[in-house]
Amino acid sequence: MPVVASGETTLAVEVRDLVKRYAKAPVDSLTGVSFQVKQGEVFGFLGPNGAGKSTTIGILTTRIRPTGGRAVVAGVDVAADPVGARRVLGVVPQQNNLDRSLSVRQNLIYHASYHGVPRATRNQLADSLLEQFGLADRPDGRPDDFSGGQIQRMMIARALMHDPAVLFLDEPSTGLDPAARLFLWEKIAELKEAGTTVVITTHDMDEAATLSDRVAIIDHGTLLALDTPQQLVQGMHSERTLDCTMEPGPTGDAASLGIALGGLAGVRAVDQLDDPAGTGWRYRIDVDGEPAPLVAPVATVVAETGAKLTDVRLGEPNLEDVFIHLTGRALR
Amino acid sequence: MSAPSEPAAGVPQSVGPPTVGPVAHWGPWRTGLAILRRDLMVTGREFPIFLAQVILQPLFLLFVFGKVLTELGYAQPGYQEVLFPGLVALAAVLTGLQSTALPLVIEFSYSNEIEDRLLAPLPVGAVAVEKVVFAAMRGFVAAAVMFPIGVWILGSIPWQASTAVAVAVMMVLGSLLGAAMGLILGTYVPPNRINVTFALVLTPLIFTGSSQYPWPSLDHIRWFQVVSALNPMTYVSEGLRGLMVPSVPHIATWACFVVAAVYLVVLMLVGMYGFNRRALS
Ligand SMILES: Nc1ncnc2c1ncn2[C@@H]1O[C@H](COP(=O)(O)OP(=O)(O)O)[C@@H](O)[C@H]1O
Ligand SMILES: [Mg+2]
Repeated sequence: MPVVASGETTLAVEVRDLVKRYAKAPVDSLTGVSFQVKQGEVFGFLGPNGAGKSTTIGILTTRIRPTGGRAVVAGVDVAADPVGARRVLGVVPQQNNLDRSLSVRQNLIYHASYHGVPRATRNQLADSLLEQFGLADRPDGRPDDFSGGQIQRMMIARALMHDPAVLFLDEPSTGLDPAARLFLWEKIAELKEAGTTVVITTHDMDEAATLSDRVAIIDHGTLLALDTPQQLVQGMHSERTLDCTMEPGPTGDAASLGIALGGLAGVRAVDQLDDPAGTGWRYRIDVDGEPAPLVAPVATVVAETGAKLTDVRLGEPNLEDVFIHLTGRALR
Repeated sequence: MSAPSEPAAGVPQSVGPPTVGPVAHWGPWRTGLAILRRDLMVTGREFPIFLAQVILQPLFLLFVFGKVLTELGYAQPGYQEVLFPGLVALAAVLTGLQSTALPLVIEFSYSNEIEDRLLAPLPVGAVAVEKVVFAAMRGFVAAAVMFPIGVWILGSIPWQASTAVAVAVMMVLGSLLGAAMGLILGTYVPPNRINVTFALVLTPLIFTGSSQYPWPSLDHIRWFQVVSALNPMTYVSEGLRGLMVPSVPHIATWACFVVAAVYLVVLMLVGMYGFNRRALS
């Protein structure tokens, strides 16, 4: 198995100073992107439409020629040896590219035959992947007769047929309904557990945060940040919050409690929120500095009014806030 | 739809840390053959439809020009013999062309289907070659079925056992030429122009390919003779005519083979360039 050893860790993907200028384009779509993906890692690429996610995936999967820089997948330089690279990578593209003349099962089996997987192995593997991806009940249907979520899963199952060292997924959940999206997330989590290296692009910060070990934030063809979702968010020193939910006591009212909370040292602002459960009071307290030390004083104030604290949540800024912080714009 | 609940247990043994095992010594040739096998399976599944599609036009041409016109006395008795080799050439070239051009337009722009093959472990150019080889197979079949149809409609067809192999080789060349022209059309023409282009290209191609008359007989319409000499199909028609009905004046058979082969190389180079441009950005 060709894998590049760099220091201690084994790298599944290594990208250095990647530049892409499309023919006739006035600007670079990638301006010199560098990153590394470790073996077994789920690596998220987060950025708005047009950021350069598909361009990066396209180069790594040999469909787009880089203008400059170097990209290595599982030890194979994709520009120097595209055929070798295609042996070791799997792709789930942004758009449906299933073979419409073939059944679902045949899509998997013929794909494997292109990759030289022996007949007995590919039949067996196709059945087990169809099962695993919840597609076993209509293996002989044509792709056109399936939903978007099912098509997405078919493409993942197909990509796994030749046992790729790295699986690339380009916006796999865009356009899926919430249930289909959750099912997809579950599948990707399973792949990670099985040790597959996954590179996934998304413009959805929940998806990036939920699935990825590390996230690269990209905009206008430039990597703005790269770290674990936790580290990225911790880097944001501002905008810490404390979310409190309570059961109202016999005395006291919501407004005066809000004013009392606002009087605590270290509290910048207090907003009363809707309580999703509908019975209690909820406040979001914006905090200067660390929110944890404020929990005790808040509890005291609440107890004084006779209310009962039922839930306290230290609100962290999320990846979307990180993106806004880096670019001054929202993700979508 | 039920979601399998055990994650790792349901994962096949080979999904996991990279192990390339059986795939490592797989050559591009075998990938190309696997893709060809897919194409043959898909066409084979609807072979009767494919036959009906390719036979209909030559069948009518043969019937109207070869049989009706002759019986009504508008064409001379020997005309059938002149026409038949030309229609074999027409079937080979046109079927080859249509078998690459339309699928390529669709697969590149609407269905993206070709992507799975472009991501298979073989050079991009080999995907184009496979398309051409497969289309040529269809062209060859279309040309070959002209023989039984010719016997059926005309009663007899010009035929010499001594040139059978050369005829078959010329049919292969003609099918490849058509497929290579289709490769160019399918990769250079934008999808929204394909209808117009087909109309503008196919009709002149059909009627300047010397399939309905011997090329040397165009002496009196010099400009048309020159135009016809530019059409690769002319050399297929003339080559087959020379091999099947040597008594009719024709372009020297060796020259037909040479020009057709040179055309094939040139058209393939142009087509492969276009294919590469479409396949990689
Ligand atoms: N084939 C192409 N030709 C010219 N420009 C392109 C092409 N593909 C993408 N681009 C441009 O490159 C930039 C990045 O696109 P892309 O990688 O598709 O973004 P994303 O996948 O993040 O939405 C965009 O500005 C887009 O318009
Ligand atoms: Mg994209």
